[in-house]
Amino acid sequence: MRILLLLLLSLFAVGATAETAEEKGLAIAREVDQRDSGWGDFQAHMDMLLRNRHGEESLRKMRIKSLEVKDDGDKTLIVFDEPRDVKGTALLTFSHKVKDDDQWLYLPALKRVKRIASRNKSGPFMGSEFAYEDLASQEVEKYTYKYLRDDLLDGTPVFVIERYPVSRYSGYKRQVVWVDKQRYIPLKIEYYDRKNSLLKTLTFEGYRKYLDQYWRADRMFMQNHQTGKSTLLTWKDYRFRTGLKDSDFTRNSLKRVR
Amino acid sequence: MRMGGKGWLLLLFGLFPAMPSLAWDWAGNMAVEGRTFFQSPLDPRQYDNDASISLEPELAREWHDGRDIFVFRPFGRLDARDEERSHWDIRELHWTHVGDGWETLVGVSRVFWGVTEAWHLVDVINQTDLVEDPDAEDKLGQPMVKLSLEQDWGTLDLFLLPGFRERTFPGADGRIRTHPRVDTDLTSYQSGREWKRVDLAARWSRYIGEWDIGLSLFHGTGRDPLLLPAVNGKGEQVLAPYYELIDQASIDLQATLGQWLWKLEALYRHSDNDSFYAWTGGFEYTIVGVADSAADLGLLAEVLYDQRGDQSATPFNHDAFLALRWTANDEQSSELLAGFIVDWKYGSTLLNLEGSRRCGQRWKASLILRAWLNTDERGLLYPFRNDDYLQLELARYF
Repeated sequence: MRILLLLLLSLFAVGATAETAEEKGLAIAREVDQRDSGWGDFQAHMDMLLRNRHGEESLRKMRIKSLEVKDDGDKTLIVFDEPRDVKGTALLTFSHKVKDDDQWLYLPALKRVKRIASRNKSGPFMGSEFAYEDLASQEVEKYTYKYLRDDLLDGTPVFVIERYPVSRYSGYKRQVVWVDKQRYIPLKIEYYDRKNSLLKTLTFEGYRKYLDQYWRADRMFMQNHQTGKSTLLTWKDYRFRTGLKDSDFTRNSLKRVR
Repeated sequence: MRMGGKGWLLLLFGLFPAMPSLAWDWAGNMAVEGRTFFQSPLDPRQYDNDASISLEPELAREWHDGRDIFVFRPFGRLDARDEERSHWDIRELHWTHVGDGWETLVGVSRVFWGVTEAWHLVDVINQTDLVEDPDAEDKLGQPMVKLSLEQDWGTLDLFLLPGFRERTFPGADGRIRTHPRVDTDLTSYQSGREWKRVDLAARWSRYIGEWDIGLSLFHGTGRDPLLLPAVNGKGEQVLAPYYELIDQASIDLQATLGQWLWKLEALYRHSDNDSFYAWTGGFEYTIVGVADSAADLGLLAEVLYDQRGDQSATPFNHDAFLALRWTANDEQSSELLAGFIVDWKYGSTLLNLEGSRRCGQRWKASLILRAWLNTDERGLLYPFRNDDYLQLELARYF
C-alpha cells in the first residue's frame, strides 16, 4: 500500500515538473481564452483597406454585432455598408467549439436568406487577405497546441506557441502565435499554408482595454507574402454590453438589418 | 404602378410627420442597360436592339434603437423600345416594428421563400415583374400586413395580402414574349372582388442542426395566370390573363452537409380547374480554392417536375438544370454562372450565362447571355426560339 502511494506521488511529481510542450501550449491558449471571457456582447465598426501589389486600394466598411454564448462559440452578425453594391448584405454565424459553424447569408436584392456551407472557411473574406477562419471566433478547441519558446517581440516578453487547426477544411497547416506574457493577448500570427510555406503575417496594433479587462486591437494588419497583397483592418466605436439578445441573431433579424 | 399608386404616395406623405427627426439612410442604384438579339423577331413589330435606364433608390430610417424601421424603395425603368417595359413600381414602402419575440410589418414589401436556384417554385407572395427579366426573379411590391412570431419552436409568419398585383408582360414591340402577345387590358379573375380580394398566407420555418425547413400555406388569387386566347378591341389576336383562386401547401428543405447543399421544394396546388403537385430539387457542391486559387467552383444540378406535364402553366415541367458557378473571391467580387435547363422529354434547352464584376467602389458591370436551343413546339419556350440575346448592364450604386 505504502509502495503504491509512493509510486503515485512520484508519478504526480514527474507530471508537475515535466509539463510537455503540448500541455504548456494548451495552457497558454486556455489562459488567453479565460481572460477574454465574460464580455457579454459588443458592437463595433470594421473598415478593411485592401491593397494589391501595385498599391491600388479598395475599401470595405462593415458593422459587427457579437454575443458571447456560454459553453459554445459566439453568435456574430456582420452587415456590409461598402462597397455600395453589397450594402445591406448580412452574414450571420453561430460558431461552435468543435462542429462546423452554422452560417446564413442575407442577399437584400432578392430578400433571400441563404444557408451557406461554412466549410468554405479557408476562402477570402470579401476579397481581403483575411480568410473566414481568421475572423471567426477563436475557440480553444479549434486547434491543438505546442509551446515553442519564450522570446522578446519589439522588447515585449512573449510566449511563442504553435497551433494546428483541427478542421481538415482549414487552409493552414500551422500557425505561429506570439502571445504577450503579461496580458495574454496575441501580438503577431504567422500563417503557413497546407504546403507548410509562410503565407501571411498578421500583426495587432493599438491594443486598448475595455471594461477594465478586455484588450482589443484598433488595427490588424495582414500581409500576404505570396501575393504581395495586404489588408488593414481597423476597428472603431467598440461598445460592450449593449444589451444584445439571442433574438438579435436570428434568420429573421437578418432581413431587417439596415 | 398601374394600381393604387396614388394611394400609396398619400400614405407615404402621411407617415412623414409621425417620425422623429433622425438622419435618413440613402442607398440604391441607377443603371443603363443594353440588349441585342441575334435573330430576327417572329413578329415584325418587335425590336432588335434595346436600351433602357433604371433607378432604384432606397430611403430608410430607424428609430427606437432599431425597434422601428421605415423603408421606401421605389423602382422605375425607361425603355427605348417597349412601352410595357417602361414602368415603375413601389418595391418597398413599409413600417416594421420589432417586439420581443414578435415583429409586425405594414405596407408594401417583398418576401422570398425557397432554397433552389433554377426555379423558385414555392415563392408565391409576390407577383413576378416579368418585363424586368424573363428569369422571373424580379418581383413587384405586395401590400401586406405581416405578423411574425419568433419562438423556440420556430418562426411563424402570418400574412394578410390586400390588393392583387397583375404580372407584367412585354408589349407588342417587346422581345422574349408569347405569340400572340399578352394583353393585360383583358385581365380577368375568378374572384368577384377581382384585384381587391384579400389573400391569406402562413409560413412556419426553423432550422434544426444542418436542416432548414419551411412549411407554407396560401389561400387566394394565384400569382400565375392562365393565358387564354382572345381578341382585343382592335381586333388583334391576343392572350388574356386569367387569375384563378388557389389553395396551396408547400415545403422547402435544405440540408447543409459540408460542401454539399441538398435542396427540395415541393407544392400541392388546388383550383377549380386543376389540382396537381410539383417539385424541384437537387444539390450544389462547392469545391473550395479550386486549382490552388482563391476561387470557388460550384456544381449545381436540379430536377424540375410538374404533374400537369405538357399542360403545365410553367415551361419547366419535366426538366433538368445543370450549371457551374465560379466565384473568384477577388476584390471585384467577380462571379459567373453558366448552365442550361433541358426538357428531358422534348430536348428544348435554355442556355444561361450570367456574370458580374465590381469596378471601383461604386460601379458594377453585369452580363447576361441567353439562348433557346432545339425548342420543341409542344413546350412553352417555343415562342422564344428567335429571342437569343446578350444583355449588358452598368450600374452605379450610391
